[in-house]
Order: sequence, then structure tokens, then C-alpha cells
Amino acid sequence: MTERPARTTGSDRPMIRLEHLTKAYPRQPHPAVQDLTLDVPEGEIVVLVGPSGCGKTTTMKMINRIIEPTSGRIVLDGEDVTGADPDQLRRRIGYVIQQIGLFPHRTIAENIGTVPRVLGWNRRRIAARVDELLETIGMDPAVYRDRYPKELSGGQRQRVGVARALSADPDVMLMDEPFGAIDPITRERLQNEFLRLQSEVRKTIVFVTHDIDEAIKMGDRIAILREGSEVVQYDTPERILTAPADEFVSDFIGAGASLKRLNLSRVRDIELSRRPTVGEDATAEEALGVLRASSHPAVLVLDRQGRPRRWLGEADLKRADGRPLTSLGMPPEAVVEPHATLSDALNELIAASYSIATVVDGAGVYQGVVDIDRISDAIRAMRGHGRRPADTAAVEDGVHGPAGSA
Amino acid sequence: MHPGGADILDFLDFVWQRREEVLQRSLEHVGLVAAAVALSAVLGVLLGLLTYRNATARTAVIAATGTFLTIPSFALFVLLLGIVGLGTAPVVIALTMYGLLPVVRNTVTGLLQVDPAIVESAQGMGLSRRQRLLQIELPIAWPVVLTGIRVSTVVLVGIAAIGAIVNGPGLGHFIFNGLARVATPVAVDLVLTGIVGVVIVAILFDAVFTLLGKLTTSEGLR
Ligand SMILES: Nc1ncnc2c1ncn2[C@@H]1O[C@H](COP(=O)(O)OP(=O)(O)O)[C@@H](O)[C@H]1O
Ligand SMILES: [Mg+2]
Repeated sequence: MTERPARTTGSDRPMIRLEHLTKAYPRQPHPAVQDLTLDVPEGEIVVLVGPSGCGKTTTMKMINRIIEPTSGRIVLDGEDVTGADPDQLRRRIGYVIQQIGLFPHRTIAENIGTVPRVLGWNRRRIAARVDELLETIGMDPAVYRDRYPKELSGGQRQRVGVARALSADPDVMLMDEPFGAIDPITRERLQNEFLRLQSEVRKTIVFVTHDIDEAIKMGDRIAILREGSEVVQYDTPERILTAPADEFVSDFIGAGASLKRLNLSRVRDIELSRRPTVGEDATAEEALGVLRASSHPAVLVLDRQGRPRRWLGEADLKRADGRPLTSLGMPPEAVVEPHATLSDALNELIAASYSIATVVDGAGVYQGVVDIDRISDAIRAMRGHGRRPADTAAVEDGVHGPAGSA
Repeated sequence: MHPGGADILDFLDFVWQRREEVLQRSLEHVGLVAAAVALSAVLGVLLGLLTYRNATARTAVIAATGTFLTIPSFALFVLLLGIVGLGTAPVVIALTMYGLLPVVRNTVTGLLQVDPAIVESAQGMGLSRRQRLLQIELPIAWPVVLTGIRVSTVVLVGIAAIGAIVNGPGLGHFIFNGLARVATPVAVDLVLTGIVGVVIVAILFDAVFTLLGKLTTSEGLR
């Protein structure tokens, strides 16, 4: 099984260090965060996950001082920022919340350019940065630059929220349930897009969620928290799933831990299955020949750029009657990209005709397919490799406080 | 009683005879209301900005400015007369006081209606308190604030007519002259001139506000 890149290349230098952090709200019997010590290594996604009310949001908001800690220290990139000017500090930290909070009276370009403008960048530089970020999140600048938030879908708003947080190229991003309010299908897509983006930008990210599946998918490391922001286990997703520290963790992971492990490997990590293909200009007879020469029930029609167009069965081809291949059969419904997890692929292929997920690269070019055999191979391989991956050894050295003794 | 058509023609003739005075008084009326509205808008928005975050403060300000409106205008003009004398001053002051409540109330409401997530994201991006207020909260609340200013304008256009009692400027003169000549042939024409003038001025102000709303409200908020 192949590791995700961030896990093998992230340095273990702590970018954020929380030291004995405590927050006691007035008139509350117990502190929301009690004596939390945690290191967040540079370039990694650390997920804070735990039941509602355990103190995740409070912990995160102390990092950018939206909430002032009662005691303890916050060290950012080696510098104690516990007493720093909060506004200056926040301009160095990207911030994404569940409700996104786009400014409704400002255009998409103005929203994304907020921090650069506050930092005094000149107009040309801001415009160039905005366009670059819109490209990055897959929204055509010419189309979206001058639109207003109300004209965007939920998924697009979320993308813009992420772009806005990245605008001044902060080293650190804080994300509080960023995909929490989005429908499951869009959420999945946004998660994948975000992981792809992160593999390029390599930010240090603190990511809050209450959803263990999301934690496993997004996290290079996961801190499982209970009330008072107590760290029960701080570990890689593999270790959390294969060696839960205690009953609280195993309960929190819940049933189906081995199925959850499908979240740990990605389509690009496994060998794809092949299917017969023909060009879109081929005749039905040619396609039929290709199909019969294979042992599969369907042939995939590719366009001139190599992108999948239709799946055709033998019956479709026999009824072709001279019509072009692209007007027959079924369009590929279950299309996944290489960074999708096997769990994504499984979900897709279950619902798809012929029970296969079609894999395409970023440009939409056909790569192969994932079928149920590949998934079971992967599950079998994971059982064989149930033990800790080598690179997690360093993680435990970085753990302080409660988890260290866990 | 004449037939209606002749009445209207008589009235128009009456206005035409006094067209210069009518125009003069109308302009005075517009200027008077514009000055008072500008003052209550500035003061009202400021009071709203200063108090909206504190429940006690905003309740107090709304109660106080609300109390102003319960003072009969006639009484307030006369009261102020004793302090600032005759003419424009007492009228502008009284009108400003009457205009405050709708502005303050709508400013507070508008600011409180801004989605807290928007304010928090602005804070998280490092916008200072002042930047958040002036660049984010106030522009988003603006359509509601502007509605408050518009309501206060409608109220003031009417009340301004009564300012003539302390020798203030404006269309009120026609009405009070008419009152002084009750039962003479010109009385009704005079009062009618005042009323029609006030209605036209109100319509003009409303048109200005419609335009102002279009020009000053972000397309993203419509
Ligand atoms: N502003 C506040 N005042 C008082 N108590 C709060 C406040 N914010 C959060 N809490 C309490 O602190 C605890 C942790 O809250 P929070 O950090 O929001 O948890 P989570 O994000 O994990 O759901 C909860 O018990 C919550 O009720
Ligand atoms: Mg929370």
C-alpha cells in the first residue's frame, strides 16, 4: 500500500505549538479546553476530531486569537504569538469556517482580494493573484471574477472561501468543519479537490470535524479529542484505525473499521483494471470486434482527446444501425480521479452500470477502471499490512501531554 | 359651489399668480427637510453604530429618540423658540430630533441582522474592528439604514410645514396664511397650495431615495 505524499515528505518541525493551553469560559463549570499541548508539523493536515462540544472550535479559535486563552502559550513558526497583535497575526493565517461568510456586497474578486488589499498590495498584483486562485479552484476568472456570492452554488462558495483564505499565501490555515454544510456528493468532490490543492501548496492546516470518516480521509495526523479538548490519541489515520488507543477511540471510529480503511488508499495507489476501448470514429462492426476479442461485457468509446464518452454493450452495438457510437449505450456515470479514495470509488461503482468506476486524470483522459475485484484485492492487501507504517515513528515524538501517556 | 372643473382651473390660476412665491417656498421646504434629514442621518447612524452591540445602550437610545416623536410638533417648535429664537434654527433642530428614531432603529436592526459568520470571517482575516464596521457591516446593513432615512424624510416633509408657526421657512406659510383667513375665498386655495406642494416635495424626495438606493447599494445585496 502506498502512502499519501504529505505523510512521507512533511517535515516534523512544528509550525504550530500549543503549550498547556486552557480556556475557561465565564460561568461554565468546566474549562472548554484544559491544559492542551499539541504540535502541528509543518506542511501537514492535522485533524481535530471529537464529539460535539468537546472543545475543537475553541481550540482552533485560540490559534488565531478569536478566542483569547485563559492560560498557556501559542507558538507559531518558533515565535510566541500569545501576546501578538491579533489583526497582524490573523493576516498570516488563512481561516475557513463552515458558514464560509463570504461578503455578500463584494464581488468574488473583491472577496478573494480582501487580505491582499488590507496588506496594501497594488491593484495589478491583487488582480493577478485573484485570477490565479480562481484558476486553481477551477472557476474561470472571466466568468466568475465580477459575480456576487449569491450567484454561486454552495460548492462554488466553499471553493471561493478556500481561495480567499489562501490569497495572501499564509503558511497556516485553520478550517472549522469547512465541508460540513454541503451535500455529500459535492463534499466528496471538494475534499478531493482540496487534497489535490494541498499536495501543491503544502500548507500547515488545522482541520476541525466531528466526522471520523472525514478525519481519516483528510488527515495526515488525527487528534482524537474528548471533553475539555483532551487528546485521547494523536496519530496517523492508519494507526488510529489499526491500533486505537482505548475504548473511547474504538467507539468513536465505530463499526466497519476495515471498510473505513478504504479511505486510506487512493485510486492512484492500486493497479487499475483494463477494459477494451475504441475511438469515437470507429464503426459499430469494429467496436463489436474489439468487444468480442475481450472477455468483458462492454467496450468504452473514447473521444479524440482520449476522454471516455460511452460504455457500449453487445446489444447496443447490434442495434447501432449506422448511428455514431457516441449516440449509443450509456455515458460513464461513475467517473473518479486518481486521488479519489478507494472508498469513493466503491461508492461510485456500486451505483454504476457494469459495476465499474471509470478513472480519468485531471484533464479527463481515460486511465483505466476500478472494479470490485480491485477493491477486494486492496482490502486483502491492507489486512496483510495491518502494522504501523515506518514513517509514523516520528509522530509520537511530537506528541506532548495526555496523548504521550496514552 | 362651482362645478369641479372650474374649481381646479381657479386653483391653478391662483397658484400661477403666485408662482414665484410657490417656487420659493417649495425650495425652502426642500432645503429645510434636506438639512434636517442629513443631520438626523449622520447623528442617527452614529448613535446606532455606537450602541448596537450593547443591549442596554441601544434600548436607551431607541427609547429616547422615540420619546422625541411623542412631543407634539407644535409644542416642540414653541419650546425651542425660547432657546434659539425664531426662524430656521428651531425648525431644523426639531425636525432633526423627529428624524432620529427611524434612522437609529434601522441602523441598529440592520447591523444586528448582519450574519455573524460574515463578521467572524472578516475578523479571522485580520480586518480591524473599524475596517469590519465600515467595510463590511455598515455596507451590508446599508439598505436597511437607507430605508430608515427614507421613512424619516417622509415624516419630516409633513412636520416641516408646521415650522411656519415659528416663522420657519417652507410651504407651511401657505397653510398658516390660509388658517388666518378662514372663511375668506382665498383660504382654501392657500391651504391647498401648501398641501399639494408638500405632497409634490414628498414624491420628489422619494424619487431621489429610489435613485440613491440604486446608486449606493451593492448589486450583491439586491
Ligand atoms: N462563548 C461561549 N461561552 C460559554 N461557553 C462556550 C462558548 N463557546 C463554547 N462554549 C462551550 O465550550 C464547550 C466547547 O465548545 P466548542 O469549542 O464549540 O466545541 P466543538 O467545536 O468541539 O463542538 C462546549 O461545552 C460549549 O458549550
Ligand atoms: Mg465546533
